[in-house]
Amino acid sequence: MEIEHAPRRLIVHVPDGFFNLAVSVSAGVVAAAGVAYCLRGARRELDDRTAPVAGLVAAFVFAVQMLNFPVAAGTSGHLLGGALAAVLAGPATAVLCLTVVLAVQAFFFADGGLTALGVNITLMGIVTVLVGWGVFKLVTGVLPRRPGSVVAGAFLAALLSVPASALVFTLMFWIGGNAPIEVTSVAVAMGGVHVLIGLGEGLITAVTVSSVLAVRPDLVYAARSLTAPLTLKTAGGEVTAPAPAPERAPARPGRFVLGGIAVTALLAGVLSFFASASPDGLERVAEDTGFGVVAVDHALAGQPLADYGDAGGVPVGVAGVIGVAVTLGVGGGLFLAVGRGQAGKRAASKTERG
Amino acid sequence: MHRLPPQCKLLAVAAFAVVVVATPREWVWVLAAYGLPLGVVAATAHVPPGFVLRRMVIEAPFVAFAVVIPFIGLGERIDVFGVALSVEGLWASWNILAKATLGVVAAVLLAATTEPHMMLLGARRLRVPSLLVQIAMFMLRYMDVIAGEARRMRIARESRGFQARDLRHAPVIARSAGALFIRSYERGERVHLAMLSRGYTGSMPVTQDLSASWRQWAVAASLPGTALAVAAVGGTVGAALGGAW
Repeated sequence: MEIEHAPRRLIVHVPDGFFNLAVSVSAGVVAAAGVAYCLRGARRELDDRTAPVAGLVAAFVFAVQMLNFPVAAGTSGHLLGGALAAVLAGPATAVLCLTVVLAVQAFFFADGGLTALGVNITLMGIVTVLVGWGVFKLVTGVLPRRPGSVVAGAFLAALLSVPASALVFTLMFWIGGNAPIEVTSVAVAMGGVHVLIGLGEGLITAVTVSSVLAVRPDLVYAARSLTAPLTLKTAGGEVTAPAPAPERAPARPGRFVLGGIAVTALLAGVLSFFASASPDGLERVAEDTGFGVVAVDHALAGQPLADYGDAGGVPVGVAGVIGVAVTLGVGGGLFLAVGRGQAGKRAASKTERG
Repeated sequence: MHRLPPQCKLLAVAAFAVVVVATPREWVWVLAAYGLPLGVVAATAHVPPGFVLRRMVIEAPFVAFAVVIPFIGLGERIDVFGVALSVEGLWASWNILAKATLGVVAAVLLAATTEPHMMLLGARRLRVPSLLVQIAMFMLRYMDVIAGEARRMRIARESRGFQARDLRHAPVIARSAGALFIRSYERGERVHLAMLSRGYTGSMPVTQDLSASWRQWAVAASLPGTALAVAAVGGTVGAALGGAW
């Protein structure tokens, strides 16, 4: 497999060791919960074709992420594809596709750390899709039901999903980043570049969606509500054919939003719990934000270096081990539960058919 | 190493990465010693060093970032060859570089000794939800096809003199992406119908027997086990000596 990678990529996958173990583990829990939720949702969006079509969309996202577009002189970004996948295939399928893409990149191409897989899935899979789909729903709810609205919604969804992802990255960095850089400067650097990248992402997403809409509107998940009912012209006049029984129930945005809130609450709760348990990151950053740059220089200069040894010593390791055990338990339990649910459903559908 | 069941290797590499990341960055020699088990794995698996080095290019962007940290980092400064560098920044830089490198090498060795298909069968045995494994399997099958299609479209664009220079050229790329999606999707629909007509019921048959013996599990566990042992020895020696070393 010859995969071309851009020489300068602005959006990169987080490697091992960039975030402390607490943040990596919490993000892993969030990612596992989100994926488990989307595994159920994807069955609603795509029936028996779930696996083949989602695999195809995943491969498409993988290919699209190799498309580089110039942002400003000399720098180029590449598509994240979260909003695009959500509009084309539905939000739950999109999360699954991006999860698979990120996992394949981590395990087969060593792109992104294995312990940072949860971070990467949360940032580039869950956040982009959640924000993108939420914005899309808002925009298309306000605008008239026309193909143009879908394109406009796709543009804004993709535009905002990229800076949102950058914002969450900054938040994670604030809580447990392994680098002593002032958070505001990270936020400014990330925000500025990612608004530009978001512009490119929005433009490409919108034009892609509109060109698919022009040829095969039935392939755009988000435009399914636009299809006009079939009218039959018979001798007795025009008869509107009854809409075919909805084989796919439309995704209910209410539940999706609820799921989003649950994930966010989990993120906030678990992250802050772990962050306060480990003295390494948060304490220092609290000082940063409290005193500003000049004062921080002074405040840190007064501390003995041995303090760092304590902070990075055994307690963090112990906390890490406990965290890993918890994740394994929770993640394994989730996987088992979902796996059993699927097996049950398969058995049920088999008996129905056969 | 090539013959080990994939699920053993997957768990071993993941556990190794966790041990590496959980190691405090002040344990410099412990982190350095983690390279030894990786070297043994590479040697027994006959993975040439050049191959690993080439694949390590993937972490280049973060290496660049790590190099910058000491210059822009906060906190106490130290003079290194006349340049004031942040002490905390140097630690952070070392932390990211060491752990990211160890993680990337471990993942590269995993990918080098395991076929993608086998890795997914291993993931299935580890009770990863079957829907995810199937999506990944289809993705792998379609990836080369779609990437090839994308490459042909790029060559077609470039042979007509197109070169994306700024954001105004993005719509051209986007229309290619739209065409790529439609072509891929229609191909996928045809493939799906063909599969249905050949008796596809929603899961792919598994023909290999992938059960792992206790011996194989033990061999796989030696990688994270060695790392843990190194960490334990390093930690106690470090505590006995005291201070940063």
